[in-house]
Amino acid sequence: MKTTITVNGEARTLDVDPRVTLLDALREHLRLTGSKKGCDHGQCGACTVLVNGVRINSCLSLAVMHDGDQVTTIEGIGTAETLHPMQRAFLTEDAFQCGYCTPGQICSALGMLAEVAENWPSQETADLTAKIAFTDDELRERMSGNICRCSAYPQIVAAIRSAAGELA
Amino acid sequence: MRPFTYERATDAAAAVKSAAETPNAKFLAGGTNLLDLMKLEIEHPNHLIDVGRLPLAKIEDTAEGGLRIGAMASNSHVAADPRVRARYPVLTQAIVAGGSPQLRNKASVGGNLLQRTRCAYFYDTSKPCNKRAPGSGCGALEGLNRNSAIFGASHACIATHPSDMAVALVALDAEVEVLSPAGQARSFPLMELHRLPGETPDVETHLIPGELITAVVLPPPPKGGQVYRKVRDRASYSAGLASVAIAGGRMALGAVAHKPWRAAEAEAALASGASPAEAIGAELAAASANGRNGFKINLISRLVPAAVAEAREPGRGA
Repeated sequence: MKTTITVNGEARTLDVDPRVTLLDALREHLRLTGSKKGCDHGQCGACTVLVNGVRINSCLSLAVMHDGDQVTTIEGIGTAETLHPMQRAFLTEDAFQCGYCTPGQICSALGMLAEVAENWPSQETADLTAKIAFTDDELRERMSGNICRCSAYPQIVAAIRSAAGELA
Repeated sequence: MRPFTYERATDAAAAVKSAAETPNAKFLAGGTNLLDLMKLEIEHPNHLIDVGRLPLAKIEDTAEGGLRIGAMASNSHVAADPRVRARYPVLTQAIVAGGSPQLRNKASVGGNLLQRTRCAYFYDTSKPCNKRAPGSGCGALEGLNRNSAIFGASHACIATHPSDMAVALVALDAEVEVLSPAGQARSFPLMELHRLPGETPDVETHLIPGELITAVVLPPPPKGGQVYRKVRDRASYSAGLASVAIAGGRMALGAVAHKPWRAAEAEAALASGASPAEAIGAELAAASANGRNGFKINLISRLVPAAVAEAREPGRGA
């Protein structure tokens, strides 16, 4: 099926079997291998990308469902020469070991900060009608869809906290 | 994943028409549960009708003082809606207790209601499961049944419904609006959407095949406090072992039955002045265990009084 998806600002037309997930379309068809396949069942978050600015698991979505959508992957967030502040914070805070979950962590963190800016609640939000108090408990809960097998969690929290301050 | 054809529905009428005309077709909304099950070849539709972009995502006030939530609204948008947070906080609490943020961003209200059980035997295609393969038996009856039902189960199936959101919606006395394959709209109490397993656990709802959920309608918020409490193995991002939703005088339990379990006995006991412990004791008189899930009875007998006490705290109401 013909599907046109704008990936990192560039319109890309694909002709794919309906079974192809958004993740496989990005990795196998567009050769954007930054988004990672961890579990392929929506449990680990390594495949997290932003679709129209919202974070989702690209493994649990079909490419054909995204005709006309704007998709941002780690390749569209920054480059080695021009790092995004979130990428720089992950380096500075040593927020990874093997690095496999990192593209998903970074996409998820950016989506998460947008959700906090919109005042979306989480299960850590005590007062649902007040402005979110962006505590570390809130941050951890909001990143619970991204697993890090190397368990760099304290540094991931520090990196996101640092980048959030810079981006605010 | 087995091959299938795909179409994007242009409107709800076209979607149900296509479902009526195409054998073994399924609606696709967020896809977070269906596509996972298709990868595992537990679900294998021939045709997917993508309803995700139908104009059914609005959340609107009703003339009666309630709220109509479109079936394609994402779980995240419902949880974040200021009206839901102010007037139906139990619904926000239940939604954010389920899945991960990425899943809630994609998952729809209709899809959440129709998600399948997380029973390990349903997921393992090498094992018997009457829900997945009718007539093959129930592996959970004498197997790994720690997460199985304690209310309303049958010898054919002891699986539970995994939704958190649906538990809150039952406590809030919500209705569902559906569109039939013939194009007829009807609505009925959400409590009547899901079935108990009986002899046919593969038939999970009272929907006509090809019927599309178009909205969930909340009546005005009830008087009294609201609270959702969920117990699970991890602090976050895990299916429940047991949960409870309280909305005024109404109570529903989650992860304990094939459907969100309205605790009518407990409600009646509380209304007639029983203590919360006595009230849940009356409900649990009908509970039965299969071995490893027996702890749920004790768990609920402690969880519910704590939740009732919390719901009675000042500021918990709408």
